[in-house]
Amino acid sequence: MADSFKFELVSPEKLLLSETVDSVVVPGSEGEFTIMGNHAPFMTTLKPGIVTATLSGGQEKTLFVRGGFADINENGVTLLAEFAEPADSIEAKQMQAHLEEAQKRVEEAEDDDTRFKAQEYVSQLEYANSRLPG
Amino acid sequence: MASLKDLRNRISSVKSTKKITKAMQMVAASKLRRAEEAAQNARPYAERMRSVLSNLAGVNQNEAPKLMRGTGKDDVQLLVVFTSDRGLCGGFNASIVKKARAKARELESAGKTVKYLTVGKKGWDLMRRDLRDKIVDNMTFREVSQIGFEQAAQVGDKLLSLFESGEFDVCHLFYAEYENAMTQTPVGQQVIPAKIETDEGESESASGTKASVAYEYEPDPVHILDALIPRNIKVQILRALLENTASEHGARMTAMDNATRNASDMIEDLEISYNRQRQAQITTELTEIISGAEAL
Repeated sequence: MADSFKFELVSPEKLLLSETVDSVVVPGSEGEFTIMGNHAPFMTTLKPGIVTATLSGGQEKTLFVRGGFADINENGVTLLAEFAEPADSIEAKQMQAHLEEAQKRVEEAEDDDTRFKAQEYVSQLEYANSRLPG
Repeated sequence: MASLKDLRNRISSVKSTKKITKAMQMVAASKLRRAEEAAQNARPYAERMRSVLSNLAGVNQNEAPKLMRGTGKDDVQLLVVFTSDRGLCGGFNASIVKKARAKARELESAGKTVKYLTVGKKGWDLMRRDLRDKIVDNMTFREVSQIGFEQAAQVGDKLLSLFESGEFDVCHLFYAEYENAMTQTPVGQQVIPAKIETDEGESESASGTKASVAYEYEPDPVHILDALIPRNIKVQILRALLENTASEHGARMTAMDNATRNASDMIEDLEISYNRQRQAQITTELTEIISGAEAL
């Protein structure tokens, strides 16, 4: 049995999740990764995607996050998300709004670099969207 | 001396004013509860953000983004003044503006250029008369019912774009910190260049080495700081906005409570003079009748 650790997910508006978990899957900007207990101190930026936390009881929680940071240290894992919402309560309409905003940014991009970044962002959102239930 | 009818009219008008102030007080009280809650909910994020930042304090200062290092000058200072969009909240807006202008005077006497950005309609109203050409822009969120990160991001983006185009070197936020319904303290806070607070109790070098040795970064720390500092600015702005909203409702509640009490006092006074006058009139009438009867 893996060591459990403290996992906190906060958005600027509120504290969404504060639980003891066995493992967390986090969409890091350089790729998705799983954190287990006793992880080395680590810090990364996030891409839009799904966070899956396996609680100590074995129950799974999935949340959609957009933008932010993961801070992993000896005290546990803290996710600072710009936007976060439990995957089962997020509405299709909200996702649509995120996507449209992202699309708009692609169209408004002035140079290739920003356009590429915006495009990448759109596809990340689409991927996250396709994995949402319902 | 006012006639009986005049007095009656005044009493009824003060009564309806009292009803309005009473209603406004109740509305402010319920909004205050919500605003307080929102300010409380935003606190964990700000706290975590601060601890993340203090972990990053060990990053080489020369590589740190400009937002943290500053431009190396402090010639042009931008004061962001947060006020409410609606009036009738006592000295709330005036005290924030006063605080900002005291700071501006201090800076101006030191030979700096001062610019303003007002957030909220009332600050703009109060300052535009004599500072029209120094106000860069005015933003309001009047139509937004619940201030959230989105609004803070709008203000933040505005600040960042102004900073990037070299419009200012140092930026301060002015808002009222919420203590309780009775007390709100106007405060000034520097956000650009960002000041990183390290954990108390540890010396700066100790926490710095600890962080830089132990942590792994993905991508590298400079990139993380690049993304983190602007976000931290937005979080500070959000905090200012939420604190300000709570303070505004608190100030309005107190102001309206006073107004309601004043109206009650006034009604009492008016009713006494109304009754006196009514009695005087009855006495006069009686005297007239009696003297008329005696004359017969």
